[in-house]
Amino acid sequence: MINKIVPSMAEAMAAIPDGAVVLLGGFGSIGQPNALIEGLIEQGAKDLTIVSNNAGTGRTGLARLLELGRVRKIICSYPRSAGSVVFEEVYRAGKIELEIVPQGTMSERMRAAGAGIAAFYTATAVGTKLAAGKEEREIGGRRYLLEQALEGDVALIEAWEADRWGNLTYRSSARNFNPVMATAAKLTIAQAQHIVELGALDPEKIATPGIYVNRVLHVPYGEPTVT
Amino acid sequence: MSQFSACKPMTRTEMAARVARDIPEGWYVNLGIGAPLQIADHVPTEREVIFHSENGVLGMGPAPTPDAINRWLINAGKQYVTLRTGGSYMHHTDSFALIRGGHLDLCVLGAFQVAENGDIANWAISDNDTAPAVGGAMDLATGARQLWVLMEHTTKSGDSRLVRRCTYPLTALGAVKRVYTNLAVLDVTAEGFAVRDMVPGLTLDSLQKLTDAPLRMATPNERGDQCRAL
Repeated sequence: MINKIVPSMAEAMAAIPDGAVVLLGGFGSIGQPNALIEGLIEQGAKDLTIVSNNAGTGRTGLARLLELGRVRKIICSYPRSAGSVVFEEVYRAGKIELEIVPQGTMSERMRAAGAGIAAFYTATAVGTKLAAGKEEREIGGRRYLLEQALEGDVALIEAWEADRWGNLTYRSSARNFNPVMATAAKLTIAQAQHIVELGALDPEKIATPGIYVNRVLHVPYGEPTVT
Repeated sequence: MSQFSACKPMTRTEMAARVARDIPEGWYVNLGIGAPLQIADHVPTEREVIFHSENGVLGMGPAPTPDAINRWLINAGKQYVTLRTGGSYMHHTDSFALIRGGHLDLCVLGAFQVAENGDIANWAISDNDTAPAVGGAMDLATGARQLWVLMEHTTKSGDSRLVRRCTYPLTALGAVKRVYTNLAVLDVTAEGFAVRDMVPGLTLDSLQKLTDAPLRMATPNERGDQCRAL
């Protein structure tokens, strides 16, 4: 019997190695797997590369991971926002490498990784400083940049409902990066507000089929707050 | 503001309302964070304009009343919003495929500078900017079928934001089709900026004095071209 539901945070975080590329779901704090990030802090893996749309706020969660010096590099589209104090501190101090990626290019690079596509051409960022070092090619009279797939060793994502096969649903705009990150990592770990019986999820509403999910942890935390 | 003594610049609210007037029913529109988000408040509900938010919301509605907040539903500016009847959710990659794939009729962004060739600079103020944040701006500027910019005509110190060439880091090349400022509405044409509309009391000469890039009046033909060109 397949059962991807793990009973403890320790089991959810097992074997995440130092140096891992970790994809973190969420857009701001919505859809962000806060419990799993706390679990990763506890677990101790270091020298991490984090892929996340934002770079954390306040001094908890991702910001705490940065503050503890556990992140070597962050790949994101929008690191600076109200409350991103820790990121700005470590960045200014030269303690973290930053790769800025346009948001859609970032999500498409992960889609490519999950879909077996090595690289793709996009017109986004042509002629800007984010094009530096990238191959440019004209196709049909339009200029494009070659962007590489972005694969994770681990994805930490948040879902609304999950079953023991790892089928997932999401809630409103908390869906965001979570489904694509689930496809793009070798090890996908989801926290879910609700665990339901196999068969209880409407197949028409499953947004992430269980094939992409390795572990599910039940985290019924209630409502998120915007930070 | 002595230069404006003969006229009254538009307020932020008036600027948003001015843009809203030009958005026809049926358009799919993405509004950038900051001032452009206000535009939605000025499109009457009976005119069905469908607003997209990059974080996977199509058919975004106004802010909820305090007792009806869905805590999982925010816009690109991370403010609570609502979903209109008929609205839908999608994940990020689909949301940006929709943007990149040219399915949006319009995107309206704020900007630091727009050049007469349509270049836009709106994400970093210098090449040495510490930790700049691009978000979805480059995807939107490049992918939407047309890009309008909503911004003040000059900086606080009086420098023109309408320039011959952008000096700030670029967001996209040749992308801007129209600019709405607190003083005028201008089209970007093959021959530079063409003024469609000015606040009452302003002349082309006095507008030119505040503007780095050369200006001309749009021809009646160009002004009438608005819908045909789309």
